[in-house]
Amino acid sequence: MSARIPLTQTISRTLERRLPVIVVSPLFAASLFFVYGFIAWTIYISFTKSGVMPNYAFEGLQQYDRLWATPRWYVALRNLFVFSTLFIGISMAIGILLAILLDQKIRAEGMIRTIFLYPMALSFIVTGTVWKWILNPGLGVQRLVRQAGFEDFTFDWLVNSDYAIYTVVIAAVWQSSGYAMALFLAGLRSVDDEILKAAAIDGAGPIRVYSGIVMPMLRPVFLSTIIILAHLAIKSFDLVIALTGGGPGFATDMPATFMYAFAFQRSELGVAAASATMMLMTIVAIIVPYLYSELRGTRQ
Amino acid sequence: MSAHVTSGIVRAKGLRHQLMRAVLFVVLGIFCIYYLIPLVVMISTSLKSLEEIRAGSLLSLPQEVNFDAWGKAWNSACVGVRCDGLEPYVWNSVLMTIPAVLISTLLGALNGYALTKWRFRGADVIFALILFGAFIPFQVVLLPMARTLGQLGLAGSVPGLILVHSVYGLAFTTLFFRNFFIGVSDGILQAAKVDGAGFFRIFFGIVLPMSLPAIVVTVIWQFTQIWNDFLFGVAFTVGDSNPVTVALNNLVNTSTGVKEYNVDMAAAIIAALPTLLVYVVAGAYFVRGLSAGAVKG
Repeated sequence: MSARIPLTQTISRTLERRLPVIVVSPLFAASLFFVYGFIAWTIYISFTKSGVMPNYAFEGLQQYDRLWATPRWYVALRNLFVFSTLFIGISMAIGILLAILLDQKIRAEGMIRTIFLYPMALSFIVTGTVWKWILNPGLGVQRLVRQAGFEDFTFDWLVNSDYAIYTVVIAAVWQSSGYAMALFLAGLRSVDDEILKAAAIDGAGPIRVYSGIVMPMLRPVFLSTIIILAHLAIKSFDLVIALTGGGPGFATDMPATFMYAFAFQRSELGVAAASATMMLMTIVAIIVPYLYSELRGTRQ
Repeated sequence: MSAHVTSGIVRAKGLRHQLMRAVLFVVLGIFCIYYLIPLVVMISTSLKSLEEIRAGSLLSLPQEVNFDAWGKAWNSACVGVRCDGLEPYVWNSVLMTIPAVLISTLLGALNGYALTKWRFRGADVIFALILFGAFIPFQVVLLPMARTLGQLGLAGSVPGLILVHSVYGLAFTTLFFRNFFIGVSDGILQAAKVDGAGFFRIFFGIVLPMSLPAIVVTVIWQFTQIWNDFLFGVAFTVGDSNPVTVALNNLVNTSTGVKEYNVDMAAAIIAALPTLLVYVVAGAYFVRGLSAGAVKG
């Protein structure tokens, strides 16, 4: 009897010592299954002949051949390129400008910041619905300008295949530029005031101070903002669906809407899996080096 | 002599300074209008009658305030073939969001706590692997998830969405709590360990009460993400179990003859109201969640 008590104590002590691992294990297992297992499944399916139903016979690169022979995929890639470039560029420009302006010790800063950022709290579906109404040629901006006396004014980008992708940029910039502002503002706040004072004493004007001293110091913020916005751009799905539905035709298709259409509407699982794999690879190429440097940075 | 010169410079600078302040406020004001116009248009359109929308202009305010569109959007507008308004879908979203937020937040807190305060071998690698899940394009998990939900008997149901959001929210919630716990000193925990308190005693007794700020940030972030989600909702539910974002999109795209823009706008406001309210009440925490999205704590 007296020998058993230490034994149960040892067991409970071992259990107690292992508890952190025991708690993390199922959560980690869930992540392994739902993230890595699912990714593996999708990648594997992209190498099979799967059509309406999954077919596990290995087929090599056939689905990728089909994907890269689909004109619609090129439309999606071209749109992604046009959209990302403009979306990231314009959001960053607005973000930097507003962050610098807000950093001038404005009394109403809190309220103004709230106004700049509230679109981020909205669903992209709400944003898409509102901009669809504002941009519709019949009753929206086009009519507003015509009512103001410019009878020949035309602004039909929303229903014009060549320009519809720019309406997605307009709505996305409206929603996310405040986010860029918040990231830059946090970066500006971390710049040491003493450096700015020293520069001012040396006679540097505000433009010199910002372009010559502050901006170079914010290089890490630039990098993380670009990466976050690029990540948003590659994943953009909701906004396209709500604003243009991918149309007219499939003029505003993006990889995310392409994948959804092939997976759930056309039931071509193989092509859908191949396109999802291409999206993943793009994100991995951008995110993994970034996460690696960030995590290494926080550990130091 | 120097006093005289300095005062001259200050005066010249003061004038230029005032001019720049004026330009500054004008630019900030223009941007405020830019961000607010869609909200104003949305609200004013929702309060107009259809005749007024057709006769008036985009930016004009409603001549007589009319809540008919709100009533219709809430309980009689057609979403697909069903004409009960957004109300049933709002409840779907509520039933989905609350459990998913609670589950993912609690599990994230446990995970972050175990990974930072009880560091074991491989903790960093496990964290990095879990974190990656926050950045994957969800398109890459849609097909296997749809099949798994089918096998679990959860296809097309609100509990299925709760599972999906809990699983994929875990990466973010773990990140938030890990970043928070890294900043918490180990001293109190060490003292508690010496006193014989175990893993869960310390978690519920000491760690959880002191992580209120992290809990608020995480809950707000998760609430906004899950309420606003569209991709999982549209991929994994059909008809009656749609969350409100999917229903809103269907409502706007349901063509029943006349396009009722006022009802569309009222429906958009109804779908946006919960997250907007949270943002207005707890904006500072929301912003902290956003900057945590940039990984650094």
